[in-house]
Amino acid sequence: MSPATPSPEALAQLTPVLTKRWLSPDAWDIAVYQRLDGYAGLRKALAAHPDDLIALVKDSGLRGRGGAGFPTGMKWAFIPQDRSADGLARPHYLVVNADEGEPGTCKDLPLMMADPHSLIEGIIIASYAIRADRAFIYVRGEAVHAARRLRHAVGQARAAGYLGRDILGSGFDLDIVVHSGAGAYICGEETALLDSLEGYRGQPRLRPPFPATHGLYASPTVVNNVETIASVPYIVLGGAAWFKSMGTEKSPGPKIYSISGRVNAPGQYECALGVTLRQLIELAGGMREGHRLKFWTPGGSSTPMLTDEHLDVPLDFEGMASVGTMLGTTAVQVFSDADDVVYATYRWIEFYHHESCGKCTPCREGNYWMKQVLHRILAGKGTHEDLDTLLDTCDNLLGRSFCALGDGAASPVQSSIKYFTQDYLDYIEGRRAPTMSPADVMVGAH
Amino acid sequence: MPYDDETQLRAKEIIARYPAGRERSALLPLLHLVQAADGYVTAEGMTFCAEQLGITRAQVAAVATFYTMYKRRPAGDWLVSVCTNTMCGVLGGDAVFQALSAELGVGHDQTTADGTITLEHAECLAACDYAPVMTVNYEFFDEVDRQAALDVVAKLRDGQRPVPSRGARLCTLREMSRQLAGFADDRDGAVGEGPAGEATLRGNRLAEQHGVTVPGFDPNTPIPSTREANK
Repeated sequence: MSPATPSPEALAQLTPVLTKRWLSPDAWDIAVYQRLDGYAGLRKALAAHPDDLIALVKDSGLRGRGGAGFPTGMKWAFIPQDRSADGLARPHYLVVNADEGEPGTCKDLPLMMADPHSLIEGIIIASYAIRADRAFIYVRGEAVHAARRLRHAVGQARAAGYLGRDILGSGFDLDIVVHSGAGAYICGEETALLDSLEGYRGQPRLRPPFPATHGLYASPTVVNNVETIASVPYIVLGGAAWFKSMGTEKSPGPKIYSISGRVNAPGQYECALGVTLRQLIELAGGMREGHRLKFWTPGGSSTPMLTDEHLDVPLDFEGMASVGTMLGTTAVQVFSDADDVVYATYRWIEFYHHESCGKCTPCREGNYWMKQVLHRILAGKGTHEDLDTLLDTCDNLLGRSFCALGDGAASPVQSSIKYFTQDYLDYIEGRRAPTMSPADVMVGAH
Repeated sequence: MPYDDETQLRAKEIIARYPAGRERSALLPLLHLVQAADGYVTAEGMTFCAEQLGITRAQVAAVATFYTMYKRRPAGDWLVSVCTNTMCGVLGGDAVFQALSAELGVGHDQTTADGTITLEHAECLAACDYAPVMTVNYEFFDEVDRQAALDVVAKLRDGQRPVPSRGARLCTLREMSRQLAGFADDRDGAVGEGPAGEATLRGNRLAEQHGVTVPGFDPNTPIPSTREANK
């Protein structure tokens, strides 16, 4: 196995910005971080007016890296900037969504392990911009080493005067709490995360009101993904024009693409937004020998899967929307003709079934039934009607669930039936031997 | 069983992290804390949390039963979690789980007769570039096959502590629960242990090898003042 050298076109897509410091083994330590430009952005930011920082981030075109792609600067600007404007003088909060768990997604954990101070620095700048004096990092419970490094980094930053009272003589105060979750995918949904952070079951809230006005403790709150916030110090240092020199017009900047599956060199590849799957596979050393691309997800299991027809579609927000899917978390999972798309779909639905919080009926019941129908098909007991039942259930999930978890569950089912009906029919019509027995103990967490 | 002074003190420290009047935010870390003391979330642990926060035991139980990391039966010192989500599953995670289940004689969320090892399926552990992965007390063992997984478990049963692929050296589930409650890992050097894995660095290595950088970065680029422009 010796991966061929990627083409110059593919190599030119690489943009080592957020990940560059990862090559320095001790960049998690503040001394190394500072030697590598660390906290220079904070000093610069604290000399500017908060409104100018919001304008800068707006101008950079930075869009949320947690999946939805909402313009970050606009999100910040939604916060009522005068704390006493509504007569309530409510505090503002910044909450970082570090609850990485979308199947396929593995970018935030390595970032927090290798370069936790870049997140801390981004949090301080963002909090200053939105006038928050308390920030929370809601880190996935299982991410223990990331949390360990984050807690250490917060302590180091406090000792260095970057956190606490009157930061660097600016008059700005901030404290950060690293809050570990306890195992629930739903808490990656921002309002479920807020409920969880308040000490409740992680279940999504009805919106409106939105977190910008009624977030944590019913106060104005910005919830941003790890990678979004970690991008901020670079924008402050290099400026909006430089940031926009990467990526596409509507999806600017660098982005960490996580490639997994049937490629020779799976891993993290930071590229300009708009890189194509063909280029990513080249960067990742090509497909493994004996494997031919069959299906892939652009951004986790909640983004409808694509096929080898989509090798050259730009992996940015617009490009993915143009082929009926979403950029999501740029969790590119590559499957080959050795993988069973029906089984893959079954496993994903088993996941959504397990992780459904139970609040709304379409998601709670829909996933419960879809899992059983898919199991029946894999066990050789499926009928043609089962495909209609699956699609009908998806119709009742998509847009009718309380939150994006239910919407996301429809994605693998609808897209796999759309592109690979024959694979389902092979099971149903007996051309393919059953791969599960009807009595099989379900594989998966329960 | 009453909780010792240290646990009582830690509970107060946890509550103090959150704004006044917002003490309930301390519930998740408090549940991790009682799990650290008892090895799982006991009825006494839930009562303790309720008393600390001035809420009912039913309110605590509603939360404790929602999250998978709170164990409701005695768990082993070593929680072995095998990712069987789609990517890890098809790349060998399913086979790893079956091998461990057969070897240990337990199924999902069950503990060996000697009480040392708890086995579970896990959903996506956010390490798909290292698939298939398993964790022991949430520390990663990357790219495991059946044999590698069986070796890890054999060492655990033998009283050894196998070294994770990334992350710090292993500690017991109780010790880990204390960290999850938000307390620093006080083992000397633990925070620095565990280099980044090769998959994490691949894009960077490629850029370095081929001299790819992003041009035009000037850290002294001024931040435009919109306020002056508006005047």
